[in-house]
Amino acid sequence: MALGTIVLVLLPLFASNYVLSLFILLYAYVALATAWAFFSGATRYISLATAAFFGVGIYALAIAHVYLSIPLSLLAAAVVGFLVAAVVGLSTLRLRGVYFVVFTFGLTELVHQVINWAEIKNRTVTRYIFTDVSNVSIYQTLLAAALLSIVGSWYVSRTRLGFALRAIGEDETVARHTGVNTTMVKILCFAASASVMAFVGAVLALRYSYIDASIAFNNTWSFQVLIAALLGGAGRAWGPAVGAIPLVLLSEYFSGTFPRHFPIALGLCFVVIVYFLPGGITPLILRAYHSFDASRMLRVLRTGRLPEGSELAGRFRAGVARLNGRWKI
Amino acid sequence: MILFEVFLNGLLLGGMYGLIALGLNLQYGVARILNLAYGEFFIGACFIAFFTITGPWQLNPLLSLFVSAPIAFAMNWLIYQYLMIPLIQRAPDQDALDADVVLVTFGLLFVFQGLALVNWSGDLRGYSFLSVPVHLVGAIMALNRLLAFLGACALAVALFLVLRHTRFGSALRAITIDPVAASLVGVDVRKFSALAFAAGGALAAASGMLVSTFISFSSTTGVEYTLKALIVVIMAGVGRVTGTLAAGLLLGVVESLGGYLVDPGLTIAINFALFMLVLLVRPTGLFTRA
Repeated sequence: MALGTIVLVLLPLFASNYVLSLFILLYAYVALATAWAFFSGATRYISLATAAFFGVGIYALAIAHVYLSIPLSLLAAAVVGFLVAAVVGLSTLRLRGVYFVVFTFGLTELVHQVINWAEIKNRTVTRYIFTDVSNVSIYQTLLAAALLSIVGSWYVSRTRLGFALRAIGEDETVARHTGVNTTMVKILCFAASASVMAFVGAVLALRYSYIDASIAFNNTWSFQVLIAALLGGAGRAWGPAVGAIPLVLLSEYFSGTFPRHFPIALGLCFVVIVYFLPGGITPLILRAYHSFDASRMLRVLRTGRLPEGSELAGRFRAGVARLNGRWKI
Repeated sequence: MILFEVFLNGLLLGGMYGLIALGLNLQYGVARILNLAYGEFFIGACFIAFFTITGPWQLNPLLSLFVSAPIAFAMNWLIYQYLMIPLIQRAPDQDALDADVVLVTFGLLFVFQGLALVNWSGDLRGYSFLSVPVHLVGAIMALNRLLAFLGACALAVALFLVLRHTRFGSALRAITIDPVAASLVGVDVRKFSALAFAAGGALAAASGMLVSTFISFSSTTGVEYTLKALIVVIMAGVGRVTGTLAAGLLLGVVESLGGYLVDPGLTIAINFALFMLVLLVRPTGLFTRA
């Protein structure tokens, strides 16, 4: 684990610019998906507002970087994301199930339109971002954000707050009756997750030279983040990170070769997750990890024979017998 | 006087919203499946109408209904039968089912949208049909909008009569109220739910055809109509047919007046404000019995 982190930190020293960009995108997705799962995975309030908070972060940076230094502007973006989500949460978190999904789905469009309207009133349709931040610093910032969000999500899941979140996901009425201040918990965690999203948006905005409302508020972010989190499995803090890797590679591959086919692949991902991987990839990894037995593996490698009575050996023998039956005529 | 014209335009717009939402309310009300790919059938019918009038024979786009409605009916029936029933059997409760259904229908949305993008590109399209002015009660309106409005009223009335006065309709109403009790009195819940779901899809196609005479559409605009339809359904109350039309009219008038009086750039904000207000005041919908 530590070794892997060191390798990732040192990566910019020897990787090309393209690889660096790919990893920047990957960290952005890891941070976003982890933040999404922190709230939505535990409480089962499926939020499609990721793009809204992401875009709020972009705009906050675009406005703040004129007056403040870059680190302060990033911080400001996170704070603005927190506040916006708290206000949104106050009014919407009493919606449950499908209503919540629908509202958060429309929220991106709503914020998009309001900001667009304000910008037109202001006579500034596009905003320019002039910075001299290098790709390497963006890389490092996002790596830190990704790691911190995983560690933070893991840490909180072990505290009383994390327990309260899961209790809300299991049964909100019961949670309320056992003394959990559900409104407070929900708004706090929703806003915390939104502040991470806004921060990631702000960091990525440093790479754009200009922005407008339709660049900042793109619903695709919400869907891809949702898929990454569910593909990985929202039950563990590191699950969404596992899901982000195949998703980023897939989207990179499609946007390069068949941009129009990407929605189809994305849609099939949704269907596959629901029908074949309801808990995501992490349960599969955990099962493989727990059944792994190093000494047995060594014995197999040394003797070159599968141990008697193991399930794999039985299946192997049956397969050989079947092949023999087919070919020995 | 301008205000009156704005109001009339709002009514026509609202008729369109009600029309779009009718099928979704049938699907969500009876089959209890929130179909987020609903707008894709709407857009599919728009495309079929477009190709009917611009194709080699240049036929009347109204004829395309005979193609698009049966296709949408069959596809929705298949979706219910082969994609939704496994989920219904697996789900422990309605909340878990809703979550699964939302994900799967989002997946279908993307698949259909991607197929449309690959085949028909993402360009905006539209055609001109019956776009002649009509003078009515002192205001000027486009005939195609009026046609869609009348179509909305006719379909709502027809649906209402079917639900009220036929055996099939009473079975559907029984399922809407309580699926378990309905199956206890001998209603084949699964069969009728599948039919209601399929009929909802056919209504989506019918509304798409009627609306396509005066809007421009592209492969990616289906989602907007799903969202509008959802807002109307939730405002009306799940399973209320005539309420759907009334809620659509209300939304259209509020949007039209709001756009005129406040700012035309804020129509979505006005929509959502109304939607939130309804959800906070009457979460079960405006047209339900308390």
